[in-house]
Amino acid sequence: MVDLSINFAGIKAPNPFWLASAPPTNSGYQIMKAFEAGWGGAVWKTLGVPVVNVSSRYGSVNYRNTRMMGFNNIELITDRPLADNLREIEEVKKYFPDHAVIASLMVESRAEWEQIIKDVENAGADGIELNFGCPHGMCERGMGSAVGQEPEVLKTIVGWVKEAAKIPVITKLSPNISHITDPGLAAVQGGTDSISLINTIKSIVGIDLDSYAPYPIVDGKGTNGGYCGPAVKPIAMHMLKDLAQHPEIGKVPLSGIGGIETWRDVVEFILLGATSVQVCTAVMHYGFGIVREMEAGLRQFMEDKGYNTIYDFAGKALPNVTEWKHLNLKHKVIAEINADKCIGCDLCYIACDDGAHQAIALSDDPANRIPSIIEENCVGCNLCSLVCPVEDCITMVKKDDGTQHITWDERTLNDDIPVTFDDDRAGGKGHFVPKPTDALKNKR
Amino acid sequence: MAEYKRPTTKAEFDKNFKQKKPLMNDTEAYYEASRCLFCYDAPCIQACPTHIDIPLFIKQIHTDNVTGASKTIFDSNWLGNACGVVCPTGVLCEGACVYNHQDVPPIQIGRLQNYATNKTIDANKTLFKVGASNGKKIAVIGAGPAGLACACEARTLGYEVDLFEAKDKPSGLTVHGIAPYKITNEEVLKEVEYLQNQLGFNIKYNATIDSKDELTMLETNYDAIFIGVGLGATRHLGLEGEDKKGVVGAVEFIEKLRMKHHNTKVPAKVVVIGGGNTAMDAASEAARMGARKTVLAYRNSKENMGAYGFEYDLAISAGVDSLFNVTPIGIVGNGHVEGVKFAKTELVEGKLQTNMNNTFIVRCDMVIKATGQAKQGHLYDLIDGLDVDKKTRIKINSEFQTSNAKYFAGGDAVNGGAEVVNAAYDGKMAAQGIHNWLNK
Repeated sequence: MVDLSINFAGIKAPNPFWLASAPPTNSGYQIMKAFEAGWGGAVWKTLGVPVVNVSSRYGSVNYRNTRMMGFNNIELITDRPLADNLREIEEVKKYFPDHAVIASLMVESRAEWEQIIKDVENAGADGIELNFGCPHGMCERGMGSAVGQEPEVLKTIVGWVKEAAKIPVITKLSPNISHITDPGLAAVQGGTDSISLINTIKSIVGIDLDSYAPYPIVDGKGTNGGYCGPAVKPIAMHMLKDLAQHPEIGKVPLSGIGGIETWRDVVEFILLGATSVQVCTAVMHYGFGIVREMEAGLRQFMEDKGYNTIYDFAGKALPNVTEWKHLNLKHKVIAEINADKCIGCDLCYIACDDGAHQAIALSDDPANRIPSIIEENCVGCNLCSLVCPVEDCITMVKKDDGTQHITWDERTLNDDIPVTFDDDRAGGKGHFVPKPTDALKNKR
Repeated sequence: MAEYKRPTTKAEFDKNFKQKKPLMNDTEAYYEASRCLFCYDAPCIQACPTHIDIPLFIKQIHTDNVTGASKTIFDSNWLGNACGVVCPTGVLCEGACVYNHQDVPPIQIGRLQNYATNKTIDANKTLFKVGASNGKKIAVIGAGPAGLACACEARTLGYEVDLFEAKDKPSGLTVHGIAPYKITNEEVLKEVEYLQNQLGFNIKYNATIDSKDELTMLETNYDAIFIGVGLGATRHLGLEGEDKKGVVGAVEFIEKLRMKHHNTKVPAKVVVIGGGNTAMDAASEAARMGARKTVLAYRNSKENMGAYGFEYDLAISAGVDSLFNVTPIGIVGNGHVEGVKFAKTELVEGKLQTNMNNTFIVRCDMVIKATGQAKQGHLYDLIDGLDVDKKTRIKINSEFQTSNAKYFAGGDAVNGGAEVVNAAYDGKMAAQGIHNWLNK
C-alpha cells in the first residue's frame, strides 16, 4: 500500500509535493487553492520587510515550440505587509491542519530574525525556510544569495535562527557558488534541521534586438534575474547529489528544487536523496493542476517497484553516481541502427561525421537513406542515439563480455596511464580519423 | 448529388472555391516550423524541382527571420510564393518528407513557403538588386512562369529584359489556368508586381508574337530570345458534333472562371472528358459552380489516370461522378449540346480498344474537353532551324539553348506540359544559359 506522506525534519505533510517559495505562494488564496488541488505543502513567499517591486518581472527562454523551457524573474520577496501574511497563514492552517505550511524568511538583523520567527510560529507555521538564495535585488542589500555565498555569515545566521526557533528550520541554498558543499556544510554546522536547494541561478535570459536591453525590460533597462524551470534541473540534481553524498551534510533531510514538472522529475530527485520536492515554474506555467500527474505517476512508479513510502527508494541512485576515475574503462557499447524503424533523416550521420567520430556511413545508393554504423570507428558515445528522432531506432549495444574491469584509478595505481604527450598508451592512438583533406570531397 | 449551391456573388464564389492551402498565421507557422528535423541532405530539397533549401528556410521562419526565409526561397525559385500553394507538394517536397516513413504528417512545406513569401511581399521588402548593366538585351516570349523566371534571373545578371505577352495579364497559367481554390488572382499578380518593382523588367501586354516579321524584329533588337510560350488552345478531338454550342476546352473554361468568377455560366449537367489533372480541376470547378450533375469520363481505367490521386479525390469530394473505360464517339444535340455518345473501351492484349457494339449516351448541357492542349507549332515553324521532337516539343541542350543558337526555351513548350515549378526552374536556368552563351 503506497503511502506518500512524509515527515521532513519534523515537518509532516500528506505528500512530498510542496510549492516553492515564489509567486504561487504569495497569498492564502493561492495556497488554499493549491492544497485543494493536491499539494502537500507550501513554502510561503518570503516574508520580511515588505519590498517595492517593478513592473515587468519575468523573462523566458523558449526552445522550438516549448515555451518557458527556462524562466527567470526579478521579483523580490513579499511586497505585502507582514500582518496580512500572518493572518492568512493562520487561516490556511485552520482549514488545512495536516498540510505543511512553511514560512520563508529573509531579514537582516538578529533582532529582526528573532521577531519574525516568533511571529510565524504564533501564526501556526510548521517550519521555517531561510532564503539565502535570491540572486537578484535582495542580494544587493546584503541578503539572499549574498548570505548563501558567504558560508561563515550563513552559519552565524543559522545559529541565531536555531537559537530562536521552536519549529524545524530549512536552509535554502544558492547555486551561485563554486562548491555547494561549502554553504551546505556551514548550514549543518550552524545547526540547520534540513536543507533545500537550489534557489535560482543568476541569469540573463535574452536581449531585445531592437532596444538592446535584457529581458525582462523595465523602461529600457534590465538586470540579472534568477533562472529556473526545466533548463536548470540538471544543475539542481548535481548539487543535490553533492550534498546527499557528503558525510556530514547528507545526514540532514534535503528538499529538492529546480525544474521539477513531472513525476519522473520527482522520482529522479528522490533517487538522488531528496525527501520532499518543491515546485514553482511548472505551476506558474500550467497551474496547480499539474500535481495530479505528479502524484499519479509517483504512485504508479511506487506500485510497480513495490515501494510503500518514498523513504524506501530515497537516495537509491547515489551509490551509482561516482567519480569519473571509478568508471570501467573496459565497458564497450556500439550503436546499432534498426533499419525497419529508420526514417532516413540522416541526422545521426551528420552528427557523427561533424560532431563526433566519423563512425556512420551513408549508402552509395542515393535512393537508400538508411545509414550504417562503422563498428571499428564507433566509440559508443551515444550521440547518434540522442539525435535520432525515432524512439528506439538507434540503440547502444553492449559489446564487452563483462568479465573485465579496470578504472582510471586502478590504472594510475598500476602506473599504466599516458604520461607524456605522445605516450603509446593514448586512448585514441591508432583510432581511425579521416585525412584532413577528405573534408573537401563531396560526400554525395 | 450536387454539394455546392450556384454562386451568385464573388463572396459565394470564394466560399465555394475556398483556398485549399490557406495562409498560415504566425502561431501556426511557428509550431509547424518547429517540427522540421533539419534532415541532412534533405529529401525535400531533392524532391523540389528548383532545389529550394527547405530546411534552411523553415529554420529561418522559426527564428523569426522571415525575410531571410523568403530570400532562401526566391534564390531558388522566382515564383516561390505561387509555388507554395500551387505545387503538388504531396508528390514533391512533402511527399519526400521523412515523417511519411513514420506515419507522422509531413511538414506543410508549401504553406510555410507561402507564409514567408507572403509576408515579405506584403511588406514590400527589397531582396534583390538589378545586376550592373552589361548593355545586352533579352526578349522573352510569354510572361508565364518560365518567362518571368527567366526575366528575373536575367535582370540580376545585368540584362535589359522585355517580355512579350499575348494576354493582358502576366504569369500565364498561374493566373489563367490553375483551379481557383489553389490560388487567387490577387495573390498571383502581387508576386509578379513585387518582382517587377524590384527587378524592373518590361512586360508588353497583348503583344502576341506570331509572325516572321515580329521574330525578325526580336532577332534584330535583342541579343538572345527566350521562348516561354507554354501550350496553346485545347486540341480538337475530331468528334462528330464537336462544334456544337456548349462544347468547350478545359483551358478555356478555367480561364473564363479565373477571370469572370461567378459570372461564368455553368449549366445543370456537365460532362468532363479526360483523366489528367486539368480534367479533375475542370470537373471539380463545374461542381463548385453549382452544376447539379458533373460526370468525369475517362477512356481508360481509374488506375491509369494521369491525374494525381489527391486531385481525383478532390473532384469526387466536390460531388463529381466518374465513368471509366468510356470514350466519346460523338456529341449529340440540335445546335446546342444535349449529350455525349460514348463507347465502352476494354483492354485487348494490353491495348485499349473501343467496343462500338456497346455505346450509350450521357445527357448533358455542357461538355468540357480536358484532353490536352495543342502545341505552338505554328510559331516554331517560323523560327529558322528550330528543332522540335515528335510531340512538337522544342529540343534544348543542357543550357536550355535550342538548335537556333539565339533562341533558348523552357517550360511547357519544352516539357509538353508540367507544373509551374518546373517552368520556374527552366526559366531561371535558361537565363543562366543565355548568360553563359553571351559571355563565351
